[in-house]
Amino acid sequence: MEGLFFNVNNGFLEGIVRGYKAGILTQSHYASLTQCETLEDLKTQLSATDYGNFLANEASLTTTIISDRATQLLVDQFNFLRSNAVEPLSKFLDYITYSYMIDNVVLLITGTLHERDTHELLERCHPLGVFESMPALCVATNVEELYQSVLVETPLAPYFRNCLSAADLDDLNIEIIRSTIYKAYLEDFYEFVGTLGSPTSDVMRTILAFEADRRTINITINSFGTELTKEQRAKLFPAIGRLFPDGNNALAKADDIEQVRLVCENIPEYRSFFDNSPGDAQDLGDLGIAAQLEDRFFRTEVRLNKEAFLQQFQYGVFYSYVKLKEQEIRNLTWIAECIAQDARDRINDYIPIF
Amino acid sequence: MGYTYYYSLSLPSFVVIVVALYLLFTNSGEVFNVGRFLEETSPFVWGGLGVGLCIGLSVLGAAWGIFLTGPSILGGGVRAPRISTKNLISIIFCEVVAIYGVIMGIVYSAKLQSVPEAQLYTRNNFYTGYALFFGGLTVGLCNLFCGLCVGIAGSSAALADAADPGLFVKVLVIEVFGSVLGLFGLIVGLLMIGNANEFAAGTPTTSPLAQALTSSYVH
Repeated sequence: MEGLFFNVNNGFLEGIVRGYKAGILTQSHYASLTQCETLEDLKTQLSATDYGNFLANEASLTTTIISDRATQLLVDQFNFLRSNAVEPLSKFLDYITYSYMIDNVVLLITGTLHERDTHELLERCHPLGVFESMPALCVATNVEELYQSVLVETPLAPYFRNCLSAADLDDLNIEIIRSTIYKAYLEDFYEFVGTLGSPTSDVMRTILAFEADRRTINITINSFGTELTKEQRAKLFPAIGRLFPDGNNALAKADDIEQVRLVCENIPEYRSFFDNSPGDAQDLGDLGIAAQLEDRFFRTEVRLNKEAFLQQFQYGVFYSYVKLKEQEIRNLTWIAECIAQDARDRINDYIPIF
Repeated sequence: MGYTYYYSLSLPSFVVIVVALYLLFTNSGEVFNVGRFLEETSPFVWGGLGVGLCIGLSVLGAAWGIFLTGPSILGGGVRAPRISTKNLISIIFCEVVAIYGVIMGIVYSAKLQSVPEAQLYTRNNFYTGYALFFGGLTVGLCNLFCGLCVGIAGSSAALADAADPGLFVKVLVIEVFGSVLGLFGLIVGLLMIGNANEFAAGTPTTSPLAQALTSSYVH
């Protein structure tokens, strides 16, 4: 019955976002991009796509500038959607921005802890995660003030309040703080999406469950050989996803990649992540497996986000579009970097989308 | 919070049960007399309701279909302006549903003629009244669901056309099948009043004594 009333408030924006999705670069675009000799060629090739003349006013071209301008295009599109949205789509779009907000706040906390000038950090914040009172956060001189102003000013207050205290911000490693807040955000988003009803909840829960499992596996693998205790590690795993609760418990006790692989064997979709490709005769070693895993995670994420577009009358298309566009910007940055550094042997290691 | 659902169900049922038990326990259970209700309700009520439902529900279906399709055409047309003219056909299919309702409304209201009350309650007039009511309900509901169907299919057609032009004709076939539903309603509605004569004066079928009965509340 979602088709009966969805179009009243959200039909126009769904049409817009599907139009944006039609502009995502395809394999044929990537084929011509990888053959560019210089960044100027890249700019010319991109001007024929939906990117248009986004680099028109740049005096010099570097990879950072290309990446920043492409991100700015995504931000403009997102802001158009956000300004035209009403409840509950507006709240859903806000939830999408929270993950970038978390990165920005963690950046500011790090800056405050190391007594850097936070105003220059403002420029390094991700534009999708800015909120009006961000400059107020920069006024804080010590971590206690920062914690108080975060609680007051940001929409992230519930995630901070329930998990951390001001003393924790000083003591804990910054990555643990980021993982704790992100876990609270993922669980909150999962629950919010459930209140929106089918089919939004079906599509989004699949995507968020995979995101949670991906983070769980990454945290486990990254914590091998560090002084992170197993109890601390277990507290960072989100309580959603296919690995919850048995897989999470098993991964909390894991000591090496072989045990991680055994845990993932139980879940058919994740079993193939650890398979070695037929061309590899020798063992990849831990680092090789981790890199291959990252690649497979990206590919699965792209596949899940593409599948979200197969259903109409749900909000998943908005989330998926932002993620797919981000992946495209990563691809463009990779290709641009390969061209700039003249290292063309791995230029085809981007993740194809369409 | 979640209790509004239970309140909205339980309050009317409570009222109904209290009224029913009151009638039962004060020895006036016979007041609830369906036969008498049917005999005493004027055929004009049935006829008027039928025409109203016919055009009302048809227009509801058509409007619903149009507001389902319109935003998708507008949204999809931002990036693919070529779809905006072709997809107006979905709007036309929805509009046709309302036209069916108007046609039936005109055909039905031709049966409504003025008759003095003393000569109104004849067999033929009862038949016409009921036929108009249920015919109107049939046509109205058919057109309502037809409008919904064409609306949702039209919305998908617009977005599919924006993505890939070759898909438009294929989704249009689905819409054509959906729009035939309204036609079915039209045909059945016409058949239902095929044998109904328009309201005419005649001798009433119920006896004058029954007409003169007063309410059993008055002692």
